[in-house]
Amino acid sequence: MLRCAVQSVRIGAGQGFYGDSVDGALDVARHGDVGYICFDALAELTLAILQKDRFRDPAAGYARDLPAFMSALLPECRPRGIRLITNAGGINPVGAAAAVRDVARTLGMDDLRVAVVVGDDITSRIAELQSLGASLANMDTGESLDAVRDRIVFGVAYLGCAPVVQALSLGADVVITGRVADASLFVAPMVHELGWSLDDWDRLAAGVVLGHLMECSAQSTGGNFSGDWWNVPDLDRAGYPVCEMRADGVALLTKPAGTGGRVSVDTVKEQLLYEVLDPRSYMNPDVVADFTSVVLSDVAPDVVEVSGVRGRERPESLKAILGYLDGYAGTIGIGYSWPDAVQKARRTASLIERMVERAGLHPLEVVTELVGVDSTHGSAAPVPDDPNEVVLRIAARFATEAEAKRFPRIATPLGLNGPPFIGGGVAPQSARALLGVWPSLLPRALVEPGVEVSVEEAIAV
Amino acid sequence: MSSRRVFLRDVAQARSGDKGDLANVAIFAPTDALYAAFLREVTAERVRAHFGRYVRGGVDRYEVPNVRALNFVLHQALDGGAARSLRSDPLGKSYGSLILRLEIDVDDAELAGVELGRRAPR
Repeated sequence: MLRCAVQSVRIGAGQGFYGDSVDGALDVARHGDVGYICFDALAELTLAILQKDRFRDPAAGYARDLPAFMSALLPECRPRGIRLITNAGGINPVGAAAAVRDVARTLGMDDLRVAVVVGDDITSRIAELQSLGASLANMDTGESLDAVRDRIVFGVAYLGCAPVVQALSLGADVVITGRVADASLFVAPMVHELGWSLDDWDRLAAGVVLGHLMECSAQSTGGNFSGDWWNVPDLDRAGYPVCEMRADGVALLTKPAGTGGRVSVDTVKEQLLYEVLDPRSYMNPDVVADFTSVVLSDVAPDVVEVSGVRGRERPESLKAILGYLDGYAGTIGIGYSWPDAVQKARRTASLIERMVERAGLHPLEVVTELVGVDSTHGSAAPVPDDPNEVVLRIAARFATEAEAKRFPRIATPLGLNGPPFIGGGVAPQSARALLGVWPSLLPRALVEPGVEVSVEEAIAV
Repeated sequence: MSSRRVFLRDVAQARSGDKGDLANVAIFAPTDALYAAFLREVTAERVRAHFGRYVRGGVDRYEVPNVRALNFVLHQALDGGAARSLRSDPLGKSYGSLILRLEIDVDDAELAGVELGRRAPR
C-alpha cells in the first residue's frame, strides 16, 4: 500500500444499505489497515421501512441487523482499535445504542464506549417548526405541506459531521446516529484526525467526495459497473472501499488486499455521479462540493487518487424529509409461456380490468407491466416477436388496505378460466403501505441547538 | 467525413440513481472527441422523449467535463418515489441501461481510439 509522508487517516466503508452483508466490513477490518469504519444504513426508503417497524413496536425503529453487525465486528475491531460510526440508529438511535451496549456486555467488553447522537428527529415538531417560521413546503414542487400534513408518519433533518466529531473527541468507540448525511459519517473522522476546521471548504468538500464514493459499498469498487463488468473479478467477495485521506485533502481510494472487485477511474467515476443532481453544487450539511473540480487518476492497480476538490460555504438550510402515508398497494403476477405469451398477458390484463370493476374495487392508480418485455425500458424497447415467456405484473394503489388485500384474490380464477399455459409468475405479495417522501428545507437554527451527543460505557460506571 | 449511427451502449458507461421522485442518469464518454459528440447529440429534449411516459416533469442536463460526463436529472420520474412506487423497478436502477438504447450520429474521427462492439462472452 502506498504511504504518504504527511499526516493522514485511513477509513473503510462497512455497509451500503440496510440489508447489506457484514462480510465486506469484516474484510475491511481484517485487511484494510483502517482506523475507522463507517456504515451507511439509511436510504430514503429505509426510513420508511423503519417507520413501519416503529408503528408495530415503539422499541424498534433502528436497523434490525445492527446487533448482528456488532457481534461480528467488535471482536475484530476492538483489538485493532478500529472505531465504528453508523447511522443505523434510524429513527430510534437511543434504542440502537442500548442494543449495542447489550452486545458489548455479551462479548465481555464492559468498557466499550458507545455514543449516541439525537436531535435529527422532527416527527413530533412539525407544528412547532411551522409556528417558528419554517414553511416545510416541498422543495422539488413548491407544494404546501397542507397537501399531506394529516398523513405524516415521520420527519428527519439531515445532520452534518459536527456531532459525530464531538462523539469521537469524547472517546467513543462506537458512534450511533440517526439521519446524519451519508457522506458526513466519513467526513467526521477526517475532521477529528486531521484537525480540519469546519469552514475549510475545500478540505470538507474533499471529505464529502470521498464519503460519497464510499457510502454505497462496492458501487465504486466494481459493483454495478457498466463497462466490461464480465472481467471484474470475484464480485462474490467484492472489496468495500478504503480511503487514505491526507491532511491536504488529497486521497487515495482502494480496497482491502485479497478481495474481489476493481478500483479504477472507470469504476470510481460512475459512483461520483450516482444520485447527484447539479454536480457543481453537491449539497451536504457541511459544505457545497463542486464535483466538476474532482481529478481522478489511476496511480497503481486498484488505487485511484482523488485530488483537486473545491468547495463553497455550507448551505444556510438543512435538508429535511418527511414521510407520509399514500395508500396501499396490491400486486398480481401471472406468468405465460410461448406461444403468444405477450398476447395472453395483454388479454388477461383486460380481463382483470373488468373483474376489478365488477368486484367494486376502486384503484387510485394502476401500473401494468409485462416483465420480460417492457418493465424496465417501457416504450423505448421494441416488443420481441414471440418471447419464450412473459410475466404479467399489475400493481394497483388503493385508499384502503382491505382493497389492496382483495385485489390479488380476484385474479385467482384465471388460473383455470383464463388464457392457456400459465407458468412461472411471481410470488403473491402481501398488501403494503405506500409512503411518499416529502423533501424540504429547514433553517439550521431550528434543528442544531437540539442536537445532543452522549457517551455511555457498556456497563455504566 | 463519413458519419455513422451508434448506440450509446457501444460507446458509453452509464449509471442512474434516485432522490425522492427525481432520478439522475449519467453517461460517460471514453474520449474527448466522443464527449464533444455527446454534447452535440444527447440533449435534454432527446432524453426526455426517449424516456417517454416514465418522466412526468422536465429534464435538466449538466456537463461534467472532468470525467467526460453528462448528468441528466429527470423530474417526477419515479412514480412518486421508491417507497410509494408501483413499478417493479422502484429505484430507477435500470434507467442507466435505458439511456444506453439511445442512438447518436458520430463522425469516424470522433470514434478514433474507441473499441466498438465489446460484449460479455456468450
